[in-house]
Amino acid sequence: MAKNNKPATPRSIGRRGRRHPLATIALITIGLVSTGGAYALFSSTASAQTSSVRTQASADEGKKLFAANCATCHGLSAEGVAGVGPSLYGVGAASVSFQVGTGRMPLANQGPQAEKKAVQFTDTQISSLAEYVASLSPGPAIPSSKYLQANGNASTGAELFRINCAMCHNVAGAGGALTEGKFAPSLSGVLPVHIYEAMITGPQSMPVFNDANLTPTQKADIITYLKYLDKNPSPGGFDLGNLGPVSEGLFIWIFGLGAIVAVTIWIAAKAN
Amino acid sequence: MAQHDDSGTTAAAGSAVVRNEPASAKSGTAVIPSDAFENPGLPPHRLRATDLDPKTDRVAERRVYTLFFLSIVGSVFAVAAYVAFPITPGDTNSVRLNTVFLGLGISLGLLAIGIGAIYWSKNLMRGDELTECRHLTRGTEATRERAVEIFREGNQESGFGRRTLIRNSLIGALVAFPLPAVVLFRDLAPAADPVAQLEHTMWARGTRLAHDPTGVPIKAADVTIGSVFQVIPEGLNDKPDRLEQKAKAAVLLMRLKPEDLHVSPGRASWNYDGIVAYSKICTHVGCPVALYEQQTHHLLCPCHSSTFDVTNECAVIFGPAARPLPQLPIAVDSEGYLVAQSDFHEPVGPSFWERA
Repeated sequence: MAKNNKPATPRSIGRRGRRHPLATIALITIGLVSTGGAYALFSSTASAQTSSVRTQASADEGKKLFAANCATCHGLSAEGVAGVGPSLYGVGAASVSFQVGTGRMPLANQGPQAEKKAVQFTDTQISSLAEYVASLSPGPAIPSSKYLQANGNASTGAELFRINCAMCHNVAGAGGALTEGKFAPSLSGVLPVHIYEAMITGPQSMPVFNDANLTPTQKADIITYLKYLDKNPSPGGFDLGNLGPVSEGLFIWIFGLGAIVAVTIWIAAKAN
Repeated sequence: MAQHDDSGTTAAAGSAVVRNEPASAKSGTAVIPSDAFENPGLPPHRLRATDLDPKTDRVAERRVYTLFFLSIVGSVFAVAAYVAFPITPGDTNSVRLNTVFLGLGISLGLLAIGIGAIYWSKNLMRGDELTECRHLTRGTEATRERAVEIFREGNQESGFGRRTLIRNSLIGALVAFPLPAVVLFRDLAPAADPVAQLEHTMWARGTRLAHDPTGVPIKAADVTIGSVFQVIPEGLNDKPDRLEQKAKAAVLLMRLKPEDLHVSPGRASWNYDGIVAYSKICTHVGCPVALYEQQTHHLLCPCHSSTFDVTNECAVIFGPAARPLPQLPIAVDSEGYLVAQSDFHEPVGPSFWERA
């Protein structure tokens, strides 16, 4: 017994004192997953509660929302604040629907451009805001749903997209860089109504494509093309973000050549 | 080995070096430091498993030729796959199957050869390091003399140096022989004068500005502030060489607030109520400059990020372009359509030798 005890005592102390090297990582992972899961659960129930509140969309309701959420930068009657926010006279319901409906407005912080984020208002509230802003001065209206069905001619749409849009948004709608931190966003997964509204209102750096430039039918064709891209995977295999030679070259130089070098070293590495 | 010239000077730069020089040595005399770098030579050679065990050697040999046979299988498979999975026009899935199996076969064919060769050289070829000395580039004196003698004999026997008429006529014939090729290749250039073609575009007085690609003419009233139109000359689509013409005549039409434009004296009549038209062909290497930032009024070239300021008559504000984009003078005809006043006043696109 005495013989057995002697080595056993330090070992049992060591076992109690030292954890498995992966224990810390496992503990952190469990902690993160449970916190994140609880947060996701909580926030989804919270948003479900807010969206269950339904009110009639109206310009009066919109005016109140505007005063509470937009007036700081755009002025109490949407006349604009010099150096802070532009006047909203004449921007129309389509601009409100696009800017608020994609989460770009209200602006989270000053930056090169307003970025897409979680939408802050319910659909009814957005309609109220749009109705209020449209009541101030005539502007582009929210497009008719018959142009948003993505059932136009995708090949005409593709040609128009290549001529008018592809230089900034990339031929596959993957987006691209502009100057000084501005960029043309990716168009995959964007709602048809928001694509249409962006064309008629020209948000931020984007130019306006009015109905004389691209007719509503042509706009519907462009939407059809973009939705076709969303639905149809790239026939050539992995598209690597559709960014062309940048991502493809990076992939083949790092992973392709790296793998070849590694395999060459590995072959018969145990020859000695 | 130990007599590197620089070893003495580097060691003297304040480092703690034990030197076995005599104390009486004058400064500047050659010093042999005791820690001079010695050539360690090659590491001791370790025999490989295949060198020691004939059984392993046979296994390795079998692996190598199996890989080479596998390569043959891959190549044959690629041919079979090409026949077995044909490309059906209009069926993208057939393209995918064809590419995947053809690619698998070809890559197996090539990869197995490569892997086999590396395995062969690492396991079976001679494994110890050896040094091969290069022979001198210069031949021996005897060889050099013999070479000169051969030339002299050849000259004497053929009479190349003596029969000067034969020699000179041969040289003349060899010079004249490639001339037909020069004439033929010259004819590959554009038949008409390329300079005239580069200097002028399809635009002329009264040509209407039309939508790309439909060719429908554009009314001035259609162009709202903040708009950008991709423009071609009306009638371009009926031209037999429409792609060549489009490559020169493509235009970008924008409308700005008239007070935002800085117009130089000679160009006061070139815009119409804030509507301006500029060549879309970059003055750097001719890419289509079409990225228009509506708020900053900057035009960007997608190829090398040349940036043009539309408010300042497309002056270059960034990038490699050398000149502003040429402006197309525009006006409005009696029916309200936008028309060109004339062609561009300077050649569009990148520089060329004869450009004035």
